Amino acid sequence: MKTPAISIENLVKKFEDVTAVDGVNLQVEEGELFGLIGPNGAGKTTIINVLCGLIPPTSGSCRVGGFDVQKQKSKVKDIIGVCPQETAIYPYLTGSENVELFGNLYIMNKQTLETRRAMLFEKTGLTHDAKRRAEKYSGGMKRRLSLVLSLINDPRIAFLDEPTVTMDPQSRHAVWEFIKELKTQNKTIILTTHYMEEAEELCDRVGIIDHGKLIALGSPNELISNNNAKNLEEVFIKLTGRRIREEV
Amino acid sequence: MKLQRVIGLTKKELIKTYRLPAVLFMIFLFPVVFVFAFGAAFGGAAGGQTAYLVGVVNMDQGLSPQTSQSFIDTLESAEILDIQTFTDNQTAQNELSQGRIQAVMVIPTTFSQSYQSYQTAPNNPNQWTNASVLLYLDKGSIFATQAIPPIIKQILSAFMDQTQQAIPSPVTVETASLVEVRQISTFDFWAPGMFTFASIFLIMMVAGSFTEDRENGMMKRIRITPTTPTEFMISQVLSYTVTALVQAILVFVMVYIMGFRPDVGVHVYIFAFTLVLLFSLSNIGFGLITATISKSSGAATGLAFVFVLPQLFLGTFVGASLSSAAQIAGKFVPSYYVTDALTSLFLRGAGLTSPIVLLDLAAVSISCVAILAVGIVLYAKYYKI
Repeated sequence: MKTPAISIENLVKKFEDVTAVDGVNLQVEEGELFGLIGPNGAGKTTIINVLCGLIPPTSGSCRVGGFDVQKQKSKVKDIIGVCPQETAIYPYLTGSENVELFGNLYIMNKQTLETRRAMLFEKTGLTHDAKRRAEKYSGGMKRRLSLVLSLINDPRIAFLDEPTVTMDPQSRHAVWEFIKELKTQNKTIILTTHYMEEAEELCDRVGIIDHGKLIALGSPNELISNNNAKNLEEVFIKLTGRRIREEV
Repeated sequence: MKLQRVIGLTKKELIKTYRLPAVLFMIFLFPVVFVFAFGAAFGGAAGGQTAYLVGVVNMDQGLSPQTSQSFIDTLESAEILDIQTFTDNQTAQNELSQGRIQAVMVIPTTFSQSYQSYQTAPNNPNQWTNASVLLYLDKGSIFATQAIPPIIKQILSAFMDQTQQAIPSPVTVETASLVEVRQISTFDFWAPGMFTFASIFLIMMVAGSFTEDRENGMMKRIRITPTTPTEFMISQVLSYTVTALVQAILVFVMVYIMGFRPDVGVHVYIFAFTLVLLFSLSNIGFGLITATISKSSGAATGLAFVFVLPQLFLGTFVGASLSSAAQIAGKFVPSYYVTDALTSLFLRGAGLTSPIVLLDLAAVSISCVAILAVGIVLYAKYYKI
């Protein structure tokens, strides 16, 4: 039997008296583009943080690429790439220097790093701005650079936490195309978003998270048809009784 | 441990140092401007010579001592000389050797007798009683060796009422010896502390840098990569140590330009730089402690002063002018031992193996490594690296 790319069993994460993730069970297959959707504060980012080994679970277990996240943290770090929700880049470095730094952190050789850097900059439209300091970039460009940093090590599994938030429609669609291309390379992608149209456009399957619980799981079409809805936004309203972006 | 990661992170941190104007000013420009300002105000570059400081010892035991006193009055009336009288030669010599005066003039026991003999028979040298005014001069001062003897001779001739200096006189001026003088200006006195002073501001830089990386998510992002805590901390310590070294070199160049030129060997400078680098470890440690207790980079800048001010006021040149109680309190800050060691080496002529210097080195080494260790442990405990 093929090992799933991600396996989550009874995951619970509590912050003092707040339960951020409440008994989530989930499996994501190799090469799948999986969307975690839900409003802000639903627990999406907490699940990503646990999967990356940034925070320990209160209970339950997680495996990424077949490795136990708590016991084999360094092996997990070698195969993942994470684009965090906040635009985490060094503003005083140029786009190129930011990428070079992260390439060094993944011990990439110079030639491979240069090839990946050129390819990723080309795909994200940053080639002409590579030598500019990141502080001079627009918000959308910073998000794209952040995405490049998360993929520089050619990860098997990529966690993209709200990668298109604050982007203009043009940049957003460019990133969508890029994510679709990643899928053709058999990468496993976990995408969190509160843009329903993004999930519908990109994801093979989605999991709807609300108040730390996984309340629905399936392909966008399955969820829409099972709930007699027009789109995922309507699915969410039917399941929770409120709009997904009311709390944004 | 992978060197590629350490070098990459170190390089990043050094780029930040010169690309961010605020950091650049605080770490490099501020010490340079500070040294320049102090040097200009209190050092050798403050201005030219206004009068030569001459100590006079009157040994005259003749029948009319008012004669020698009258000669001293004449010297005092010369604007180019600043006369200080001493009752004994030893005290005057001490003042000269410490550079507080530029020359010592000893009026001989037979001065008034010689003067009288000349006045009685100015044209009959056979009846004169000869005497020599002895001059001890600061060997290191071109002004003292070149200017003072002719000035004294000129005033003496006038006093003797000689119309022509070519005519012999029973009282002559002789240079007894050139004295090796160690002149210590206010700036010289403060210079060792300036090496210490500059490095203290690393506390603010480290605290600001760590909290900022935490705030903007970079610390988290680096934790997601395979970078180990050891690699990360080594890169940070390395980059700040390089910064401290550049700071020390800049301060050294500036104090040298401003006139601080202690007569010590290269090995003493190497030791001094090593001491400053060791001291920078404690500042990195204090910076980490500050970053641990600060919620934001803004708060870190303010809280850094909790460590900056005691180090500054109790351990650098400022400490020397404080009360005795404050000076005792200074013994509880690492900067005190760095300044003390540098002062001993540069100003007191202590050797590298002298007990005071070795004691200071031990105090700096132990305290700085301990503070750095506490900083790393605390930071790692409350904020994962």
